[in-house]
Amino acid sequence: MNLSAFSAVVYGVSALAGFLGALTGLGGGVVVTPALTVLLGVDLHYAIGASLVSVIATSSGAAAAYVREGFSNIRAGMFLEIATTLGALAGAHLTKVVPGTALAVIFGVVLLYSAWHSFRARKETRATRSDPLAARLRLESTYPGPEGEVHYRIERVKGGFSLMFLAGILSGLLGIGSGAMKVIAMDQVMRIPFKVSTTTSNFMIGVTAAASAGVYLSRGYIDPGLTMPVTLGVLSGSLLGARQLIGAKTRPLRIVFALVVGLLAFEMIYGGFTGKIQ
Amino acid sequence: MTDKRLEGIVARLLQTGVLLSAAVVLAGGVWFLSQNGGARPQYQQFRPPDVVLRSPAKLIRGLAHPDPASVIQLGLLILIATPVARVAFSLVAFALERDRLYVLITLIVFAVLIYSVAVAH
Repeated sequence: MNLSAFSAVVYGVSALAGFLGALTGLGGGVVVTPALTVLLGVDLHYAIGASLVSVIATSSGAAAAYVREGFSNIRAGMFLEIATTLGALAGAHLTKVVPGTALAVIFGVVLLYSAWHSFRARKETRATRSDPLAARLRLESTYPGPEGEVHYRIERVKGGFSLMFLAGILSGLLGIGSGAMKVIAMDQVMRIPFKVSTTTSNFMIGVTAAASAGVYLSRGYIDPGLTMPVTLGVLSGSLLGARQLIGAKTRPLRIVFALVVGLLAFEMIYGGFTGKIQ
Repeated sequence: MTDKRLEGIVARLLQTGVLLSAAVVLAGGVWFLSQNGGARPQYQQFRPPDVVLRSPAKLIRGLAHPDPASVIQLGLLILIATPVARVAFSLVAFALERDRLYVLITLIVFAVLIYSVAVAH
C-alpha cells in the first residue's frame, strides 16, 4: 500500500471513529488511537499525537452548537481548567518516562472504562447544599429550563478539582479528551446538572488538549503526514455524527459500537502485555 | 456585554479557526500526497520528524520557502491555537467586567498554555 492509499484508509477509519464517537458521546480521539495501532500497525506515539490534535478539532468545531443552547458554565470551566491543563502538562511529560507497552495497557483500561461509562444509564442527583468554596468562587449558575432559568448548586469543589487534575494527566498521557472523566468529576462529584456538565466538559477538552499539544509537537509525536488524514477524518465524521444525533435511533448502533470498542480495548491491553504495541 | 453574547462570539471565533485550519491542512495534504503519495508509509516505528516541524518558531520562519509538510503543520498549529485564543478572549472579557478573581484564574490557565506551546522542552 502506498502513502496515498494509506492516507485514504486512515481518513476513512478516522471519519468512522469521529462519527460513532459523536453519536455515542465517547468522543473520536479515544477510538482513533486503538484503530490506528491495532488495525493499521501505527506506532503508539504517532497515534496519540494525531489523536490529540483531532480532539482539539472536535472540541472547537462543536463549540458553536453547544454555546447556542446556553448550558455551559464558563466560570466553573475556567476554574477547573487550572487543574486539567496542569495535569495535561504533567501527563505529556510522563509519556517520555512511561514505556509504550505500559501506555498501551493504561489506554485499554481507560477505553474499557469510558465505554462502560457512556453506555450505563445514569441517574442525576441534584446538589442539596452549596460548597462554601463554590460560593466564594461564584461557580454556581443557571441554565435555561422549560419555565425560565433554573438555578443549581455545586458541591465538593475540592474533590471535583482533584479528579479534573487526574483527567488532565490521562489526557496528556494518552492523547485523548478525557471527556468521560471530566463529566464524572462534574456530575458525580460536584453534582452539576448533566447538560451543564457535558457541554462544559466539551469546551474544556480543547483547552486541556492544547496544554499537552505543545509538548507533543516538540517531541515529534505530531507527524504531518499522519495527522492530516486523522484530523480531517475525525472532524468531518464528528460534525456529521453531531447532526445525526437529534432524533436518531442509536440503540442498535451503540451496542455494535460497544462491542467493537471492547474488542479494541482488549487488543490494546494484550498488545501492551505481549510487547506487540510499544 | 452578557456572558451569553460573549460566548456566541467566542464560538464563532473557534469555528472560523477550525475551518481555516482544515483548509490549510487540506491544501498542504494535497500537495504532500502529490509529491510523496507513491512512497511507502513508515509509521510502524517512531522516529521524530525534522526539527523544523517540531518548533513553532522555526516552522513559521521556514515558511518563506514552504514545503508540503510545513504547510500541514502550520494548519495544525492554527488548530492548536484556537483554544488558546479562546482563553485569551475570556481574559479580555473578564478584565472588561472588572472581575479580578477570574482575570487571575484565566491568567493561570493562559500561562500554562503559553508555557506548553512556546517554551522549549
